[in-house]
Amino acid sequence: MIIRGDEPEQIRLLRKPYKKGNYFMQGNEAVAYGALFAGCRFYAGYPITPSSEIAETMAKELPKLGGYYLQMEDEIASIAAMVGASWTGFKVMTATAGPGFSLMQENLGYAVMTETPLVLVDVQRSGPSTGQATKGAQGDFFQARWGTHGDHPIIAVSPTSVEDSFWETVRAFNIAEKLRTPVVVLFDGISAHARERIRIPDPEEVEVTYRKLPANEEEAKLPFGDPHGDGVSPMPLFGHGHFTHVTGSTHKENGLRDVYTPEVHDRLVRRIHRKIEQNKHVYEKYDEHFTDDAEILVISWGVSARPSLGAVLNAREEGIKVGLFVPKTVHPFPGERVRELSKKARAILVPEMNLGQLILEVQRFVNDDVLLKGVNKVGGVPLTVEEILREIRGVA
Amino acid sequence: MAKEIYSMYPRVKYLRKEALPTALCPGCGGGTVLNAFANAVDQLKIDPRDLVVVSGIGCSAWIASPYFLADTLHTTHGRAIAFATGVKVGLPDKKVVVISGDGDLASIGGNHLIHAARRNIDITVILVNNFIYGMTGGQVAPTTPFGARTTTSPYRNIEHPLQISETVAAAGASYVARWTTAHVYQLIESIKKALTVKGFSLVEVISQCPVQFGRRNRMKEPADMLRWFLKDSVPISKARNMSPEELEGKFVIGELVNRERPEFTEELNKLIDDVQEHFGLREE
Ligand SMILES: Cc1ncc(C[n+]2csc(CCOP(=O)(O)OP(=O)(O)O)c2C)c(N)n1
Ligand code: SF4
Repeated sequence: MIIRGDEPEQIRLLRKPYKKGNYFMQGNEAVAYGALFAGCRFYAGYPITPSSEIAETMAKELPKLGGYYLQMEDEIASIAAMVGASWTGFKVMTATAGPGFSLMQENLGYAVMTETPLVLVDVQRSGPSTGQATKGAQGDFFQARWGTHGDHPIIAVSPTSVEDSFWETVRAFNIAEKLRTPVVVLFDGISAHARERIRIPDPEEVEVTYRKLPANEEEAKLPFGDPHGDGVSPMPLFGHGHFTHVTGSTHKENGLRDVYTPEVHDRLVRRIHRKIEQNKHVYEKYDEHFTDDAEILVISWGVSARPSLGAVLNAREEGIKVGLFVPKTVHPFPGERVRELSKKARAILVPEMNLGQLILEVQRFVNDDVLLKGVNKVGGVPLTVEEILREIRGVA
Repeated sequence: MAKEIYSMYPRVKYLRKEALPTALCPGCGGGTVLNAFANAVDQLKIDPRDLVVVSGIGCSAWIASPYFLADTLHTTHGRAIAFATGVKVGLPDKKVVVISGDGDLASIGGNHLIHAARRNIDITVILVNNFIYGMTGGQVAPTTPFGARTTTSPYRNIEHPLQISETVAAAGASYVARWTTAHVYQLIESIKKALTVKGFSLVEVISQCPVQFGRRNRMKEPADMLRWFLKDSVPISKARNMSPEELEGKFVIGELVNRERPEFTEELNKLIDDVQEHFGLREE
């Protein structure tokens, strides 16, 4: 069994068309190159602004590396094809925006239930509905968390810049492979279309991981078992004579459906949750700036994290003791660290391009005596340094 | 007792014994379809390790998944063909088969069906048309005959049924045939052809659902429905000389299409070769 895209010759192959060095490119292109370097060799998607350049870049580059680009009839088909391809041993990705993300939700739940590794990039745009189709936003924070039905864990990462989107996409693949689970990349229309300098590394510099394959026939017969106690089942691939049965219905360790025994459902759903909880070290990530002595804390994510940093740097020059906390993995939310930081803080500001989403997660970990305030902006234009700085001064 | 019955069935080696007995109602046409498929696989000497079977949601989706002993992917309602597309691209040398119902494949999944046919990807679809949503309790389907009664058309169905095979043939499939569960030997031959043809193939099987459809339309016994299939079936050669009025409510049976067209996964792999060649990226 082989995970395609991880063969040693792929390093040589990657080196030929993509020389290491500095490039000037769009966030969407950086996501695509991140995926290629992470070993993605199958992309199925349906065009939607502001994500389409990811599809276009993949269509252009994948064949060079022996990979497959499929433009499907819609988003539902796209994620379905990804799941099918993932079970044959591909690292797979799609990219979409809000309306397409909504269409993908049912099969995202299917991927959670069948523990299928895949990467789904949501380039957030302004909604609800078709909203401002060409403008960026951060309104899908909770769609990523709760968009599909049932009790399920989800992992979502969120890049803050063009360069960061390359590395966060690589990280999303590594998490998906290590934990055999779908991972959402919450990107945004502003960083997606911004052009910045980015350094394309040598492929050897990029950490790339493989999903765990069954060590023997016994493990292959239990595609939903937990032989290593880490909650992660080795994944037998289709086409290798294991007669694997995969279903989105409640199933036993051997894959066969059992929707009548309460214990079977309880055991399966709890293991899928436990797998995420007990492997925090695989995905938890946040950045901190000046948090040591911060009396005021700014907590911001994605595209809003950069103007937030600008505002914090300016406020520091003015002598205000303010720090910045940026969750890079936004789901599960790094709440424990926020709880610790909030003990020293008088006030917490949460800048984001929506009417208040991340702030609800923050609120769960903050005591009542801390002043908690959102800095919110909608309309498709990013928050500015000045707007955030004004709010910092207001609570200083 | 039950064990004895299974051991008498010569094709039992193709079934996942731990999943038996099947959940299908006694007299359901689904059993005939499973039998026909197992016989086709047996006669073609296909190693089940070279098969991936994908199905959606509904009674008919259960026919081969989980019962058939191969890699089986039981997907969301309507999406089986889209999942199968990913499987086929990953495993172009395996036989990828979709077995599911008319509601699943032609209603909620209609878009995937016509686009897979257009792409002409090498997937074999066995579509079990029982005119009804069996699993959810007998609601009206896009295949329900005009005038028939269902739980959601209790007075009569005023919509016209979709001609699935004709639609898929027009969309570009390589092979399309329609049979009924009363034509078992023709059905087996047809499935064999569909499995061997390179490109998208569809075998539509008109099948009895005595429990949800027959009961409400004066055909309580499975045999009543089989007699109806035999009485109202018209071979395609004969149908060509009949007017649309004469064909109203009839089942046109036989091969609608059997043609060669470039196949999707082959073209995709050729494209990759060409691109790698062009950019000097071939690994020797
Ligand atoms: C998205 C979604 N909508 C509705 C259903 C409920 N549902 C389950 S099976 C089915 C109909 C199946 O009909 P058909 O494909 O004709 O199969 P049959 O049971 O008649 O063999 C429906 C509507 C579902 N599972 N998922
Ligand atoms: S309800 Fe109809 S289609 Fe479903 S198993 Fe029973 S007879 Fe077959």
